[in-house]
Amino acid sequence: MEFFRNTNIDFLGKKWYFLAFSLIFSIAGLFSIFFWHGIPFGVDFKGGTLVYVKFAETPDLNQIRSAMDRVGLKDPKIQRYGEAGNNEVLVALEQRQTNESALDQGKNTIIKALESGEQQQAGKMDLNNTGPSSLQQYLLSKDPLHLGIDAAPKYLAIAQQIDDFRNKQRGGVLKSVDDLRGVAPAEVVGVMEQDFYTSNFAVRNVEIVGPQVGGQLRKQALWATLYSLGGMLIYLWYRFELIYGLGAVVACFHDTIITIGFFSLLNKDITLTVIAAILTLIGYSMNDTIVVYDRIRENIKLLRREALGDIVNKSINQTLSRTILTSGLTFLTVLSLYVFGGEVLRGFSLALVIGILIGTYSSIAVAAPMLVAYTEWRVGKTGRATLPAASSAREKIKVKA
Amino acid sequence: MKKNLTVKVVIIFAVLIFFLFGIFGVPQSFTPAGLMASMQSRIHLGLDLKGGTHLILQVQVDDAINADSDRAIERLKEDLKAKKVNYAEIAKPDPQLHPELILIKGVPSESISDFRGVISDRLPDYDLASGPDNTFTLTMKPAVVKDTKTKAQQQAIETIRNRIDQLGVSEPVIQEHGLGDYQILVQLPGVDDPARVKEIMQSTAMLEIRQAIGGPYTSEQEAMQANGGVLPANAVLMKGRNIGARGQDNADSYWVISRASAVSGGDLRTADAGRDENGRPDVKFTLTGEGGRRFAAFTGAHVGERLAVVLDNKVMEVATIQEQIHDEGRITGSFTEQQTQDLSLTLRSGALPAGIKYLEERTVGPSLGADSIRAGVRAALFGMIAVMVFMLVYYRFAGINADLGLFLNLIILLGFLGFTGATLTLPGIAGVILTIGMGVDSNVLIFERIREELRHGKTPPSAVEQGFAHAWVTIVDTHVTTIVSAIILFLFGTGPVRGFAVTLSFGLAANLFTSVFVSRVIFDAILNRHQRGEALSI
Repeated sequence: MEFFRNTNIDFLGKKWYFLAFSLIFSIAGLFSIFFWHGIPFGVDFKGGTLVYVKFAETPDLNQIRSAMDRVGLKDPKIQRYGEAGNNEVLVALEQRQTNESALDQGKNTIIKALESGEQQQAGKMDLNNTGPSSLQQYLLSKDPLHLGIDAAPKYLAIAQQIDDFRNKQRGGVLKSVDDLRGVAPAEVVGVMEQDFYTSNFAVRNVEIVGPQVGGQLRKQALWATLYSLGGMLIYLWYRFELIYGLGAVVACFHDTIITIGFFSLLNKDITLTVIAAILTLIGYSMNDTIVVYDRIRENIKLLRREALGDIVNKSINQTLSRTILTSGLTFLTVLSLYVFGGEVLRGFSLALVIGILIGTYSSIAVAAPMLVAYTEWRVGKTGRATLPAASSAREKIKVKA
Repeated sequence: MKKNLTVKVVIIFAVLIFFLFGIFGVPQSFTPAGLMASMQSRIHLGLDLKGGTHLILQVQVDDAINADSDRAIERLKEDLKAKKVNYAEIAKPDPQLHPELILIKGVPSESISDFRGVISDRLPDYDLASGPDNTFTLTMKPAVVKDTKTKAQQQAIETIRNRIDQLGVSEPVIQEHGLGDYQILVQLPGVDDPARVKEIMQSTAMLEIRQAIGGPYTSEQEAMQANGGVLPANAVLMKGRNIGARGQDNADSYWVISRASAVSGGDLRTADAGRDENGRPDVKFTLTGEGGRRFAAFTGAHVGERLAVVLDNKVMEVATIQEQIHDEGRITGSFTEQQTQDLSLTLRSGALPAGIKYLEERTVGPSLGADSIRAGVRAALFGMIAVMVFMLVYYRFAGINADLGLFLNLIILLGFLGFTGATLTLPGIAGVILTIGMGVDSNVLIFERIREELRHGKTPPSAVEQGFAHAWVTIVDTHVTTIVSAIILFLFGTGPVRGFAVTLSFGLAANLFTSVFVSRVIFDAILNRHQRGEALSI
């Protein structure tokens, strides 16, 4: 089976369309970054508080909002999270409400607000929001099984059993303390019924990031990425020529700006996993560009008489079948991640979906034309393929497999 | 040629078995459940996948500098009094921003040389500068400042580790966090109760030096028998850490320890690992004035006997008292360097040396981590199966090559993770995806090239030869470029960025092997059976 054979598309002839396309997307993204949504950094980079809450029944967002209002939390972001049947809600606070000296103050206030909507039972603890080690402490103090000295590990095991049951069998929320019958020893359930009640929500996930860490992380991610681009540039300089390296790095930059611009336009949070996705797309785009470059280098040596533009066109066409296949297949994987990968992976896979399309496009439409433009600029319009092909490079690696 | 091929096939199977061992170790059973269990014990999942608590703390190292300069002032006052040198005032001009500065005002002109003498004898860690009106400034030497801060961080890590041990968490991570200066990363898998963790971390430890009356014994009974069935009235029985072997206190040891303590953590000024005049590792420590007087009385009365370092009612170390010890002493014994490092750390780790501030707190509920694994794995499997089926349809027989290579690639990658103990995180999975993408790409590159050569009329063997030769150059370039960037990301990145870099570089190294070497061997094997002139299924 074969899709493409002997294609002969004049890619370079369309360079003005490419330029227009790239400019429109880059400028739209940059516009959004500078004048509209900014770079929508997530909590990881910006600092702030995120609390993921699971409810026993379908939550009423308005009710939650008014509960937050009552404890004095201004404009928390409240939204449904994940599949509707999961009854999950995400409450987010901005940085300014995250106090430096008491980092978890925001979280505690949110939990207090949620509890205020409950029929609280005086003096009792909420079983759905008690972790295993607090539970162990409680059991140690009550010692319902009269275990004496070696009680700590045994009660810890019981506490973990209860926690496991709550998370794995009941999706995180117990309906009543009575549910534990059969899970924990009867004596344990007996004392717990006196001291615990069950609320209709459980805090599943908390992320609190102080401003200092966020800033450092932002800086570090940026520098690590720039250094790695620099490293690639140097390697390509050694293997090809400086202009090849520059072309590839510019193409990667182009992809990154457009992807981040997309996130800005859609106002989707850029989290740590999105950064991992951007690193992936840089690697992917670089890979794609080098494949085309390699063919150009090879053809420059084979077809000494032809103009560089023709050689570049020919090289793109020769590798087109491979480019479309690889991109198509990788796109397939990433798309499956986007569709089936669940809410946690959504931002990550979105970045890859955009990135793979753009990365493929940029090696053909940005990196390759840059070589031609550079040569034409250097030797005037009459220039033949004077682009140095780093002819010794082929011999640097012995052809052997 | 044929023999050569056999050797290559043997190599491939050896690699396969080697990395399968990396993934599974020696499994207890070969049922799916048994294999799953052994894989889970070998391949560590990050907190984002497994669930747990993640904290980043800032050690406020200036506290340690302040404590040190406070002690220097206390010492200076005592020594100046002894030398009868007068002064108007000794104070710190700016404890908040410059905790390393001490200002001494109004030293009479006639005592200046005595004053200088005291400083150079007793406070060698400080630089002395004189100002107008017989004012002097003491500045802690920059190297000492740095050393003190680093020590404060280490001590905080050790203290927190001791505290966390109470929680009984398996595989806790407590280490320096590379992002900012003097930050500590604490990761506790399976713990979703950060409030309790913080409470435990900040509780202070009870450190004491007491007399070791008898021991070690292997059991309570043995200890009782050795003392005639009854403990002396002034002694208690304590469990000991397996002395010397850090982190392995599963073998129980018991000690008979005096009820009263000679000194406690609050009396300790410093403790440092060093070497004695014969070059043997020892631990030097200094005590506060009051503590020193008590310790001198105690050690004077017990020369030749043993003292025990007790932390939270557990014997940490035991050493012999060589001579009477005043406020400065040392603990010698047949220690290794590591043991003296540990002992000095234990001595220092009674309480947190400096305040800590929380910079980041994350809790991943165990069920959420499990959900994201399930969704991620399902999606990745869908994607991979789709890719594999496509390769089979598009390249027919050669597609098997690609699919086997992809499969082997995953095994090698997971095996690497098993051998090195690196953790697999969500960004790490991103690295796996890029690896798969580039693995597919290598195969496509080679196959397309072979097709091209066939179209130019080459015979199958020479088309395969040429196809691999041309594609090899490209594959090396793409892989080396990406590995270079992965290594840089590893060097300059922390946590998530590193997780990505690790799986990516492992995966690409594996891919060079599978898509070039393995795939070539399979082609050669096929061509060997071929009749001359028969077409290649690609």
